[in-house]
Amino acid sequence: MTTPVKRDGEVGGGTPLLEARDLTVNHGQLRAVDAISLRVYPGEVYAMIGANGAGKSTLLRTIAGLHQPAAGAVLLDGQDLTRVRPERRARQGIALVPEGRRLFGSLSVEENLKVGTAYARKGPWTIDRVYETFTWMKDRRNQRTAQLSGGEQQTVAIGRALVANPRVLLLDELSLGLAPVIVQRIYGMLPQILATGLTVLLVEQDVSQALKVASHIHCLLEGRTTLEGRPADVTAEQVEAAYFGLADAPAGPPAEGSESLWPG
Amino acid sequence: MAWVNAIIQGVLTGGLYALFACGLSLMFGVMKVVNLAHGDLAVVAGYIAIGVITVTHIPTLWSFLIVVPVMAAIGYALQRTLIQASLDRGVLTTLIVTFGLSVVIENALLQFFTANSRGIGVGLPLVTESFSLGSQIQIAYLLVVIFAVAVLVLSGLQYFLSRSKYGRLIRAAADDQEAVQLSGADYRHVFGICAALAFGTVALGGIAYGMYSQLSPTTGTDTILLFAFAAVVIGGLGSLWGTLLGGVVLGVAQQIGAQVNISYELLAGYFVFLAVLVLRPQGLTYRRAQS
Repeated sequence: MTTPVKRDGEVGGGTPLLEARDLTVNHGQLRAVDAISLRVYPGEVYAMIGANGAGKSTLLRTIAGLHQPAAGAVLLDGQDLTRVRPERRARQGIALVPEGRRLFGSLSVEENLKVGTAYARKGPWTIDRVYETFTWMKDRRNQRTAQLSGGEQQTVAIGRALVANPRVLLLDELSLGLAPVIVQRIYGMLPQILATGLTVLLVEQDVSQALKVASHIHCLLEGRTTLEGRPADVTAEQVEAAYFGLADAPAGPPAEGSESLWPG
Repeated sequence: MAWVNAIIQGVLTGGLYALFACGLSLMFGVMKVVNLAHGDLAVVAGYIAIGVITVTHIPTLWSFLIVVPVMAAIGYALQRTLIQASLDRGVLTTLIVTFGLSVVIENALLQFFTANSRGIGVGLPLVTESFSLGSQIQIAYLLVVIFAVAVLVLSGLQYFLSRSKYGRLIRAAADDQEAVQLSGADYRHVFGICAALAFGTVALGGIAYGMYSQLSPTTGTDTILLFAFAAVVIGGLGSLWGTLLGGVVLGVAQQIGAQVNISYELLAGYFVFLAVLVLRPQGLTYRRAQS
């Protein structure tokens, strides 16, 4: 485990909005998440990266309350939520956009958004605001979500989370199964979303995408932290080594293929 | 003319069968619970109605104002405790648990109220009298009223499910319990509301049957549950209006069977039920997504 990078000068600062302390989660015999700690400060885009099976999604689901951790704690604004049921956490401002989108298939687009408003907190996001942000949606609000493309479904899932006016938005693998150009477009909406005062914790397999949007990255490998820091403070080689588990990554010229991991 | 009469009578009894069936269909569609105690709960509602009428002397027809909320509350409580606990242990467990519940209810009724059958005597012209269409068709007012109630109940349910906040949450929870939690809704509470609706509707069915015919402790399983199942299967699982269509088809088949030979009444109904299972197992109103 690497020493946590000093967090002075991070966006926001002060007390973390969302905190995980030594979170350990087991799937039966398998230890999916092993003593992971993270602190997400207000206004941050905190990106968890890592290969398949690194435990990123499990970590996010545990924060949302869908898994019970074997040890450790989840705190929102200093308040311990570890034993709180998922729907209570949602009402307190943790909104997860789950992997695979998980829209309600027999409901229309607008009804999906209305479910999101059922226990919404007060805040800037309304269904109309979502329609303004994703302009295609209003004309197709009465369609069933099965008739939408994958990218459109993903934006509806984001919209459903936004209208709840969460304090922290958890995004699980937005890019999964989507064309790169669509992924670009969805991530392109992030600044608009952040401008409304949201904090984002996202999980992404696509490292270059994560490095582009994140203010803080945290790399997992087999349930453990391998790297943590601001994108500007870590090198491509470090990220690559942390991502693939090359414990003693050779210093010197970057290995072949590292270009694809590094944005621009 | 006798055949026309049979069809009219059959259509009208279909309304009664729809009252039996819509709650069964709702609970299966949303929670995947096949409630084998469904019919017994109708009988319980009927017995409560008899008790309420005897004790409070309220007009018989208005007894539902007390019985339906009571049964809805029982439905919510049972769902949040027994049924949810069995759901957590797998869908098949609910089958065993509700079967056990059915046995318990039936024997408790036998124990406390004997095996005698009893009706809910209304004693109003509305119930005892009928009007004539032509010379051979006699239509009982009661059946017309029950049919109208069934249509009202189904319209109300449809409106509630498609327009109200909780209706939307019920449909959303039927699709994905976990995703509904992520929007802040406790799916167990949503399921409880759904069970309350189901118990409320079958309570109306039980009261209506008590007025139309006689209730005994075994009526729940040997008549109401079977007819409800047949109506749900004929109409198509998970479709509310399908239960009315299924009830009507079942009722018409029974009346036509009875017209041929009075002993064919039940047989004809179950024959149609079987034919639908073989030829169109998805039911008459099957669509890909429910409305």
